[in-house]
Amino acid sequence: MIVKDVVCPFCGCLCDDVEVTVEDDRVVAVDNACTLGTSKFLGDHRLPGPIRRDGNGWKDISYDEAIRYAVDMLLDAERPLLYGWSSTHGEAQCVGVHMAELVRGVIDNTTSVCHGPSILAIQEVGHPGCTLGVVKNRADLIIYWGCNPIDAHPRHLSRYTRYADGFFLENAFRDRTVIVVDVRKTETANIADEFVQIRPGGDYAVLSALRAIVRGKTDTIPRSVSGVPREQLLRIARRCKEAKFGAFYFGQGITMTRGKYKNVRNAIELVDELNRHTKFTISAMRGHYNVYGSNEVNTWMTGYPFGIDFARGIAFYNPGETTAIDVLARRECDACLIVASDPAAHFPRPCVEHLAEIPVVQIDPYANATTAFCNVQIPVAVTGIDAAGTAYRMDGVPLRIRKVIESGYPSDEEILSRMYAMIQEVRSE
Amino acid sequence: MSELLIRNACVIDPINGIDGETMDIAIRDGRIVEDVNDSTAEVVDAGGALTLPGGIDSHTHICGTKVNFGRYMSPEDMRAGRTPRMGRMHATSGYSVPTTYGTSYRYSAMGYTTLLEGAMAPLEARHTHEEFLYTPLQDTLANTLFDGNWAVMEAVRDGDTKRVAAIIGWTLSAVKGFAVKLTNPGGTEAWGWGKNVSCIRDPVPYFEVTPAEMIQTIVRANELLHLPHSVHLHCNNLGTPGNYSCTIGSLGLIPDLNDRRQTLYATHVQFHAYGGSGWDDFCSRSEPIARFVNMRPQIVIDMGQVMFGKTTTMTADGPMEFNLYRLHHNKWSNHDVELETASGIIPVLYRRKNLVNSVMWAIGLELALLTENPWQCLLTTDNPNGAPFVRYPEIIGLLMSKRYRDAEFATVHPETGHRVPLPAIEREMDWHEIAVMTRSGQAKALGVLEIGKGHLGVGAEADVAIYPIRIDEVDPSVEYQKVVDAFRCTDYTIKRGRIVSRRGECLVDGNNTTVWVRPKISDSYDMVRDEEFVRKFDRYYTVRMSNYPVQEEYLRRNLWRRNLCIETEAEL
Repeated sequence: MIVKDVVCPFCGCLCDDVEVTVEDDRVVAVDNACTLGTSKFLGDHRLPGPIRRDGNGWKDISYDEAIRYAVDMLLDAERPLLYGWSSTHGEAQCVGVHMAELVRGVIDNTTSVCHGPSILAIQEVGHPGCTLGVVKNRADLIIYWGCNPIDAHPRHLSRYTRYADGFFLENAFRDRTVIVVDVRKTETANIADEFVQIRPGGDYAVLSALRAIVRGKTDTIPRSVSGVPREQLLRIARRCKEAKFGAFYFGQGITMTRGKYKNVRNAIELVDELNRHTKFTISAMRGHYNVYGSNEVNTWMTGYPFGIDFARGIAFYNPGETTAIDVLARRECDACLIVASDPAAHFPRPCVEHLAEIPVVQIDPYANATTAFCNVQIPVAVTGIDAAGTAYRMDGVPLRIRKVIESGYPSDEEILSRMYAMIQEVRSE
Repeated sequence: MSELLIRNACVIDPINGIDGETMDIAIRDGRIVEDVNDSTAEVVDAGGALTLPGGIDSHTHICGTKVNFGRYMSPEDMRAGRTPRMGRMHATSGYSVPTTYGTSYRYSAMGYTTLLEGAMAPLEARHTHEEFLYTPLQDTLANTLFDGNWAVMEAVRDGDTKRVAAIIGWTLSAVKGFAVKLTNPGGTEAWGWGKNVSCIRDPVPYFEVTPAEMIQTIVRANELLHLPHSVHLHCNNLGTPGNYSCTIGSLGLIPDLNDRRQTLYATHVQFHAYGGSGWDDFCSRSEPIARFVNMRPQIVIDMGQVMFGKTTTMTADGPMEFNLYRLHHNKWSNHDVELETASGIIPVLYRRKNLVNSVMWAIGLELALLTENPWQCLLTTDNPNGAPFVRYPEIIGLLMSKRYRDAEFATVHPETGHRVPLPAIEREMDWHEIAVMTRSGQAKALGVLEIGKGHLGVGAEADVAIYPIRIDEVDPSVEYQKVVDAFRCTDYTIKRGRIVSRRGECLVDGNNTTVWVRPKISDSYDMVRDEEFVRKFDRYYTVRMSNYPVQEEYLRRNLWRRNLCIETEAEL
């Protein structure tokens, strides 16, 4: 059986034109998806059932036992951390927020180690953006800054920018200019009309120079800024101002390098400035397919996109204090529930060391680096393959992710709802 | 079977002609009935307190992409209104854009049981519906945006009203919307190029239609679909000096096409009632607008009252928000939605010491006081654009008391008196008029009387608000503070026969309903079978047509939620 218009649960592009061939409740072929998406659909090696650490090995346990362990761990904890959430559906994220509130824990998602700085910048100066289809249909200038979509978001170019059809562009490929700004010549730079190479750490200065030029202060620009010749800066600024519709996409090349959220703020303010001349938008290249959904869910339920601390009953937000890395690095949390992410593969060593010392339950379909640090792992269905639910694309468009096969695994939402109901029995009233 | 008996209620129920009569209200299984078993029913003694149908907000921004972005970008606003988890109530955050629970609890404490989200982009409808699920104590409905819809504009250009209706009908059914919203029609498409339309005769770039043509055609299409609500219009040219003539021009386009309700609902008219040629001679033009509305039963407006203090502005009117940003130099967010609409957000502070803000404050009140028939001017702040909805009780006080208005007027910018007629208006509204402007008028205008909203007659949904005030003991024109306090917090808010809020404490998890429409359209006008529509959809949207409609899962996530679809017989 071929299932059409399947939504890919890999990256923030959320391509929804994938065709999946299913035989005997197994995915056997995938069309239209990129290699990243295809490998996820065809992924194998699921953990067969819940496991519990037993000395130096593992013991198989039942779902009931695993859930009981997780519930007892959270009820016993003084400062639990509930982390991850970016690769699961919104319905599960909602249960997670309710649970964090009830156990007075800290809830954080992977945003705090990727586009957290982008959100801090947005909270200072706002975010002039648009949906991806607006760019596809209108944009005659695309800037990719500090990101490499060919590797990280492979179909961003074909669905929304470089190779996409556009209503207002006669020959979209020819009529669109693509500028890539990066510290090295990436694959994406190879297909750009213009490549701007910046010395590492120089993004802030280059953005400032462009703002100055757009404001007409050309004479203040030195011969070169962070390795970019003045002439090139002038040309880029002119191209931006002359565009009918410009779209600026940025990645962790500016959020996680020197300057962090100040870089993003500078980029947003450049786009604000350009809007006085033409139409310009800016957006983050969000990674996990539903990291943006996690921000959305947290926001409507708690008021904040990530890093929320319920220790005092209210929702309290102070990134740098209430974010996972910080709570772990201070060795503050005494239990950790990890859902749909792999912190051991990404967090600094002291944080992972602390994870090794406290009880940790991981809810994830696959064994990963974090498995080595957890006490119990509960395998679940993969949203988009054997579980359905809601995800938010990098531009905020929500889609319903389909279930294409029946696997028998419970979904994240089911496991979390059972845990929540048990915690409620103890904690309510 | 559950029964509830409210005793000694001083009822004002304008739809049923009841004006301050002390009576009992019997409720069985969520509806109002003739009587219940006195010995077994749960009894609430209202003690002669003012009892009204549950409040209805016919234009408020509470759920969806833009609202959530208002929260997301504003931790300072979230910090300004936090409450901890307590009893059945979840933690809440936010002052001008509260979290969904915050919105729901605070509206419930004020006696509101039904809310219409003012602007939902069809492509992002799923988001609005998700947030509706977490707004547990009110029934919810969504205005659906068509102001920059490419397929609609092409059909308007071709003069094909039936095709316009077919596209609207298909879209409303697909996204589970309730009504047709036009926000700066044509202007949101022009904003795709950083441009705008200045008024109803400017052509929209490329599409070559004017806002006037769009408004006229879509109003007729709306009637072909026999939708419960009329077209809901946010006029062009919001917020600019002298825009009142554009507003009158827009209202003047509207014939009287419906004998049950208005033909056009013009929203937040305060923002569209400005005189002057610039900010220097900015002044009120509430009088000509109110006079115009007084002569036309086919128009209903809402106030869009401004109250002093901090708030967040958010609208699909993207170009307007950018202009506002250039005035305020605060933070600015924008979000254009492919083939459909736009939006923008900026935080603002309305100051008494600012002349323009003072004039805006006066205009909203003037519109309410100068519109003779309260059924034609409903109480809103365009929450949170003019002020957060928690300010409604003060507005009620201001409308009921000349003395209160004068006291406030003495504190605004001293020049205001030369720019507005407010000080000369003597009218003080009575309890009945306030009931009309906060619930019954909304129910009639939205066309939801038929499903039992906005009144307390037998068969109505048992949505009831009991306010801690005795109208025979209070003179609102003098004791306005008592009025304000009473409307801030009910003794009881009852939703479909269950007590959901008691003196501000919410008691249950709620069982709200999403109300939406499905016009029945013949196969020959079914857009799914229309080759050109399907071809363009697949080519220019970034979402496949099969993934576009909002699935039933978003209307009924748990057993106690209700999904109420109003089916209409379209003339197609």
